[in-house]
Amino acid sequence: MELLYASCVGLLVSCGVFLILRSRTFPIVLGLTMFSYAVNLFLFSSGRLSINNAAVLGYSTEYADPLPQALVLTAIVIGFAMTAFVVILAIRGRTDLGTDHVDGQLADKNSDNNKKVKV
Amino acid sequence: MIQHLSFLPILLPMLAGVLLLMPPLGTNKSNRRVASVVLSIFAFAASLALLLKVQADGTQVYAIGDWSAPFGIVLVADPLSTLLVCLTTLLGVVCVLYASAGDDEKGDFFHPLVHFLILGVNGAFLTGDVFNLFVFFEVLLIASYSLLMHGGDKKNTRAALHYVILNLVGSAIFLIALGILYGVLGTLNMADMAQKVALLQGDDVFLAKIGGMLLLVVFALKGALLPLHLWLPNTYATAMPVVAALFAIMTKVGVYSMMRVYTLIFGDEAGELTHMAQSWLWWLALATIAMGAVGVLASKDLRKLIANLVIVSVGTLVALVAVQTVEASAAAIYYLVHSTLVTAALFLLADLIGRQRGDIADKISAGPAVAQPRLLGTCFLIAAIAVIGMPPLSGFIGKVWLLKATLNAEYTFVFWPLYLLASLAILVGVSKAGSTVFWHHHAKVTEEKTQELVHPAQLVALIILVSAAPLMSVFAGPLSEYAIGAANQLHDFNHNINLILSRGQ
Repeated sequence: MELLYASCVGLLVSCGVFLILRSRTFPIVLGLTMFSYAVNLFLFSSGRLSINNAAVLGYSTEYADPLPQALVLTAIVIGFAMTAFVVILAIRGRTDLGTDHVDGQLADKNSDNNKKVKV
Repeated sequence: MIQHLSFLPILLPMLAGVLLLMPPLGTNKSNRRVASVVLSIFAFAASLALLLKVQADGTQVYAIGDWSAPFGIVLVADPLSTLLVCLTTLLGVVCVLYASAGDDEKGDFFHPLVHFLILGVNGAFLTGDVFNLFVFFEVLLIASYSLLMHGGDKKNTRAALHYVILNLVGSAIFLIALGILYGVLGTLNMADMAQKVALLQGDDVFLAKIGGMLLLVVFALKGALLPLHLWLPNTYATAMPVVAALFAIMTKVGVYSMMRVYTLIFGDEAGELTHMAQSWLWWLALATIAMGAVGVLASKDLRKLIANLVIVSVGTLVALVAVQTVEASAAAIYYLVHSTLVTAALFLLADLIGRQRGDIADKISAGPAVAQPRLLGTCFLIAAIAVIGMPPLSGFIGKVWLLKATLNAEYTFVFWPLYLLASLAILVGVSKAGSTVFWHHHAKVTEEKTQELVHPAQLVALIILVSAAPLMSVFAGPLSEYAIGAANQLHDFNHNINLILSRGQ
């Protein structure tokens, strides 16, 4: 279980980092989302992985740590708000700058750098 | 009421933000301005009351919901955090006042956002719990994202996009670091973590080290330490100057977190991890100072120049944090207050100068003369002397103190020449900017455009900030005593631990 879990987190992180390093805003938003999923999974595992353990005392002999669950909940809520914000910002950037490149301009070899893409 | 005083600097800005969103304050412009200024003064008064109480009775530990320390979240109002809370709320009053002259109309919700930002910053200063620190970081960040976009243009959107994406990645790394540290230490209370770090054995030591170094990445990003400083000049130079002035405190939040984490948790008593970040912080800080100084010389407009001054001040502060002696921390505390107020004053000045020079705005080149050269020139002179660090103002005291504090540091023969050369660069850069802006102007002074004179509210805000430099040098005695007291408390490991963990038991 640990191996599966760890490779899952690792895969999500690597996909996320790859997408964040792209030059368009949409892949970056996707990458950020994936990265935050990975982070949430990771935070969850910081209380150790276990099966059939209640988080409330007295319901099972071994008990699960309830704190990481609270942390993950907080992180999910915050991550959700931030993702919503960055989506809106990316749309605004698309309208304001005329392109969805993060630098607001395309690295065009043939013509000048400030050439805007026709909308 | 009095036992809840530690919580008021967080509660009051939150209530202020909510009140300002609702009618009747949310709908009427002039009502909102008056209410916003009054509420920010309330927050400042509460912080001052807390400061007096901390001075009289020592550090206040406030357990939220009365859940005692390692399990619940505590707020720790010690001399250092209280001083910074006062600084933040003062800056809040000044910025709200300044923006009331017209800047707040350029977009919606300026006033509520400022109060939410202050809530986040105060919370980050006061909290004694690392996860709570993360939450307050997010609160201040989301307020800062919106403030950054306030009244912005295209350049602004691009800078904001970079800033937001970088900070989202930073937050994710913060969470990973917290996950690792929680997994290893089993606690998120800073005092409890400090106790448990020393007991680690075997592989856990390396895990904790990874967690601690990831935290360093996050704080370096927030504090704009090289190589993660690249977002700062563009962000600060494209934000509205009053917002940039308020942001002067935000890099300090990163530095403050470094002070807490690497002095308390990974400080003198951390077993195998003692002073683990010290060498990293030291060399990165030196590189940051050098980079900032080069940036100051290369800047083409005033706001970029000031943004680079912020980078130099961050480098200086982090170098002092890296020394990790009581004297260095005391110098850092004094310098932190000084540099925050002076850079905020300079941002406001750059705005006023830019408004009176027509299209050329705050570019450092010959252009139309400002309409009120005496007033703005005098203010600029005072702020410039303070920021360069020439006698007799606060910058000089800060500089002498920090040079003295680093005298016995390990690589001081690198720091002194570098820092003094950087000061020279700042001297050249700032005096060139000042003389160009105020003295090199075209003969045809009057243009068609009417020049805006300084609004009374702006003037009051400016004078409060500019007068801080002389005042900090007149009252250098009590201030430095306070700073030494705060630094002593910061470095007093056992006292901190006992105080925080014994609360409520």
